[in-house]
Amino acid sequence: MWAQILVWIGLLALLVLLGLGLFHAQHPIMSIGSKVPDFSLTLFDKYPYQGANQVNLAGLRGKVVVVNFWASWCVTCADESPVMEAAWNYYQPKGQVVFLGVDYTDVDAKALEFLSSYNITYPNGPDLGTRITPIFNRNIAMPETYIVDQQGFLRSEQIGPFQSLADVRSAIDPLLIGR
Amino acid sequence: MKNFAFLIFCLIFAALSILPGSLVSAQQPTPSDDEVNAIARQLFCPVCANTPLDVCPTQACHDWRELIRQMLAEGKTPKEIEQYFVDHYGARVLSEPPQKGLNWLVYVVPPVAFLIGVFLLFQAFRAWKRLPAKSPASGEAGLTASARPDDYVSRLEEELRKRE
Repeated sequence: MWAQILVWIGLLALLVLLGLGLFHAQHPIMSIGSKVPDFSLTLFDKYPYQGANQVNLAGLRGKVVVVNFWASWCVTCADESPVMEAAWNYYQPKGQVVFLGVDYTDVDAKALEFLSSYNITYPNGPDLGTRITPIFNRNIAMPETYIVDQQGFLRSEQIGPFQSLADVRSAIDPLLIGR
Repeated sequence: MKNFAFLIFCLIFAALSILPGSLVSAQQPTPSDDEVNAIARQLFCPVCANTPLDVCPTQACHDWRELIRQMLAEGKTPKEIEQYFVDHYGARVLSEPPQKGLNWLVYVVPPVAFLIGVFLLFQAFRAWKRLPAKSPASGEAGLTASARPDDYVSRLEEELRKRE
C-alpha cells in the first residue's frame, strides 16, 4: 500500500517538474516594465566601454541602455547595422545613452570582420555561454533590441531590425525627456 | 681567433637557416573533413534546434566547422575544442548534457520510470491473479477458466445418464 502511494507521489512530482520545465521554456523572464536582471558583457578588445573590456548593466544606472542582439550570419542584422551606428553617433556625444552590441552565437573572427565592415564603433562583445540572451528572449529572432531606462527597467523592445534613425529615436527620446 | 669567430658565425647561420624549416614541420597538417566531423558530430548547432553540427547546412554551422578545423590545426585536443564551444555557446551544444545539477534527471528519470512501470505491472498482474473468476452463465464463483470445460462436460454426462 505504502509502496503504491510512494510511486504515485513520485509520478506526480515528475509531472509537476515537467510542467514547470515547459512553462519555464515557453515564457520569457521579462516583459515591458519589469526590472532587467543584472548581467555582465565581456567586450571585444577593439570595442571597449570607457576603456574597460567588461561592462555590467547595474553599472550603467542613470543612462538609457540599448541592448542590441546581432550575429554576423544574420542578414537583417547587416541591414540594421548602419542605422544602429548612426543612432550611436547621434546619442554618444551627450553621454546619456549607452549602446551595447551583444553578439549571439557567433565565431569571433567573423563577428569582428562584420563589425569592421560596417564601421561599428559602439561597445560590442560575445554573449559568452549564451547567458544574456535568455534573460530577454529564449527564442530570439535576430536582430532584437531592448531598451532599458535609467532605473534599469525594460521600456521597449524591437523584434527585427530598426529601419531608420527616426525609429530608434522614437524608442529612446521619450526616456530622455522623462516621459 | 678569427677562425673561432667564423665558426661561431657559421653555427649561428646554420641554426637560423634550419629554424624556419623546423617551425614549418612542427605545424599540424590541415585536418580533413572526417577529422573535423568526428568532433562536430559530438556538438549541436547552437542556433538551429536539434541539429548536429556535422550535418547542419547553414552558413553559421559551416563557420563553426571551419573553426574546429582551425583549432585542430593549432593542435587543440577534441576536449579543448568541446570546452571552447561550451564556454562560448553554453552546455546546450553538447550532445550529452553534463552530469550535474538538474541534468541528472535526464540520466535518472528514464531508468526510474522503467522500474516504476515494471513494479506497477507486477502489482497489477498479482491483483488480477487473486481475483476470483466468475462464470456469467452459471453464476458460480470460485471456478477457474481452465476448470470450467471439465465441469461442463461432467454435468452434461450426468444429464445424459439421467435420461438413459
